[in-house]
Amino acid sequence: MSNLENFRAEVSEWLEENCPPSMRTPMVEDEVVWGGRNAIYKNPESKIWLDKMGGKGWTAPALPKEYGGGGLNSDEIKILNSELFKIGARPALNSFGIWMLAPVIIEYGNEAQKMEHIPKILKGEIRWCQGYSEPGSGSDLASLSTKAEDMGDHYLVNGQKVWTSYADQADWIFALVRTGPKEPKHSGISFLLIDMADPGVTTKPITLISGKSPFCETFFDNVKVPKENLIGKENQGWTIAKKLLQHERNFISNFGLAAGGGDGSKTKGVVGLAKTYLGEENGKIADLDFRSRVTEHKMKEHSFGLTLQRAGDEGGKASAASSIFKYYGTEHNKNRYELMIEAMGNKGFIWDGDEAESKEKAITRAWLRTKANSIEGGTSEVQLNVIAKRVLDLPA
Amino acid sequence: MKLVLNEELQFLKDTASNFAKDKAPVSHLRKLRDEDHPNSWDEGLWNEMVELGWTSILIPEKYGGSEFGLAGISVVLQELGKTLVPSPLFATGVLGVTSINQMGSESQKEELLGKILEGKLTTALAIDEGSHHEPANTELTAEKNNDGWVINGEKVFVIDGSSADLLIVIARTSGNKGDAQGLSAFIVDPSLKGINRRKVPTADSRNYANISFEDVTISAEAILGEIDGASDQIQKVLDFGRIAMSAEMLGNTEEAFAITLNYLKERKQFGVLIGSFQALQHRAAKMFCEIELTKSAVIAAMHAADENSNELERLSSLAKFQAGTTLHTVSNESIQMHGGIGVTDEYDIGFYLKRARVAEQIFGSSTYHKSRYADISGY
Repeated sequence: MSNLENFRAEVSEWLEENCPPSMRTPMVEDEVVWGGRNAIYKNPESKIWLDKMGGKGWTAPALPKEYGGGGLNSDEIKILNSELFKIGARPALNSFGIWMLAPVIIEYGNEAQKMEHIPKILKGEIRWCQGYSEPGSGSDLASLSTKAEDMGDHYLVNGQKVWTSYADQADWIFALVRTGPKEPKHSGISFLLIDMADPGVTTKPITLISGKSPFCETFFDNVKVPKENLIGKENQGWTIAKKLLQHERNFISNFGLAAGGGDGSKTKGVVGLAKTYLGEENGKIADLDFRSRVTEHKMKEHSFGLTLQRAGDEGGKASAASSIFKYYGTEHNKNRYELMIEAMGNKGFIWDGDEAESKEKAITRAWLRTKANSIEGGTSEVQLNVIAKRVLDLPA
Repeated sequence: MKLVLNEELQFLKDTASNFAKDKAPVSHLRKLRDEDHPNSWDEGLWNEMVELGWTSILIPEKYGGSEFGLAGISVVLQELGKTLVPSPLFATGVLGVTSINQMGSESQKEELLGKILEGKLTTALAIDEGSHHEPANTELTAEKNNDGWVINGEKVFVIDGSSADLLIVIARTSGNKGDAQGLSAFIVDPSLKGINRRKVPTADSRNYANISFEDVTISAEAILGEIDGASDQIQKVLDFGRIAMSAEMLGNTEEAFAITLNYLKERKQFGVLIGSFQALQHRAAKMFCEIELTKSAVIAAMHAADENSNELERLSSLAKFQAGTTLHTVSNESIQMHGGIGVTDEYDIGFYLKRARVAEQIFGSSTYHKSRYADISGY
């Protein structure tokens, strides 16, 4: 057996022993694990699964072992993922810390910061949120005004962030703050880690058009932040901020691929919905115009999936290409949900009550949630600007 | 399957790229058009392609070929597509070789593949009969008689149909129009009595012919493969053709886009470069995304062909659809973004538009392949 075959056998055996039975069933919405100090594990097996995977470093298989990662190479990660997929394992941990923050701490943080923060992220002990946007700084992020004043041994932070995902449940926030008020706007920004338990930090949830509140406003009122929480150099945070955005865009772009459920499924997926609600003729979606539009959508999705795969095969790292995936993936996901609710007809907009099944109502809410996909992490228009300028080299 | 080009393929691609730039820029096509060249392709240039070994790419080693596969010939066609090089490489090197290799007897392979390899034989696949590609609608008949077969019917839009040394004719030997089954393939000498080839002048200035067959008598040995056995095998030949054509179309697209981007970076209006306008930047960025998707679909399809994947048909339709829709958009936008100069014959960009619409129809339009993809996927 080759090394990789050995590895596959080891993984398979380990998963057999350590993945609890209920963690091999499809994810239920209120059992999704985000970790953190205040996490409530409705299903106790999800905590066991998190501890097992976190202990193995497999919540972040690509990161180095010394910081609690799996230390696996890309071939090994493919094997791990395929074995997890084979048994239908749930993700052990959803984490902005893993998706966005850990890679930039690895790249820009000092050794002490790496040792302090990364292991806790990977074990799901600390839950992070992202303090980027402000009421006056959306697409023009670099105009942000939350200030951090140098008080000798600490920074004094004052200001307001908005669209901080799950800030009301997070333990720490990574925030962009202005440390150089007199510098040009891109050159006066620093990247700061702030413990949300510190005095002066408050949050307030924002209700979205979906009726849910995944985002908050976060307020800083004379918050004292130790200087050792600065990542990189003072006033050089914009570079780190952009790099983190690339990681963010990469994970958002995966929304472009239909999650689970397969095409034939009656409950999930646009094809299954179309057959259920619009009917079948000889096994085909009966409404031929809708069938044609769904097919086009699925073909684009197929090509998009192949493009993500190609970027991986080419050894692609976070780069301007992440804008392509972010733009395309989110627009595609919005289109998918439009097709889904259209397929469901008048079942597609039932908000509450017993006249629709919970999975139908969930699609209605999810459809509205997707509208933010092409806004958060940089709007589609910003992505197109990035592609035009950085990839196509078009003049400013 | 990794969606990358290995060193060998990259080398072939680079060679073809230099060849196209040095020997056959768009002015080469323009000259053939202006001269109203009888073949619409240049014999000298074709001989150079033969010497480079491009006719041998799809031929198995057993018959003297280099067996670089569909991926090999696709990357060559992609590069030739960038300067719209007309040549028999597609009709002979892809369709002819694949038909013979797929369906032919051992002796047919040895003889015909050997000749193609040496550049002594060009071929044309005569399949379509109506305004749209649909093999099941074949009506041209081949009926058995004492000495062999008698062919009657009409083929249209036969690529290289007026110049080819040998025709591969798809005929109905049983069933009726509309039946997918019941087709056979024959190799036919175009100089036979009863054959009338009429070259059709097309917008893309390449070689196509409408061909009528009136009581054309051919020998029993002229059959390629089994009687009534061509229906499934011809789909494989067509899928190879569709993927190779998608690669050529990808090349058309990439170059039309590159020419247009350059124009956006040099043309000034209102005192600024027009490429600084966001309205144009966003359209260019969207086209770039579609081109990236097309690249992935084409690479996946050509590798699937060489790995005998059971996804061949689906990926072939995906590639042709993706290449067709992307080229359609890019060829139109290229003209629009050039403004007035884009609609002059003097400027090259119009050649890309004219080639685009023809290529989009070859072996099935985007609509055809969307429908085929839906059927294969069970939608």
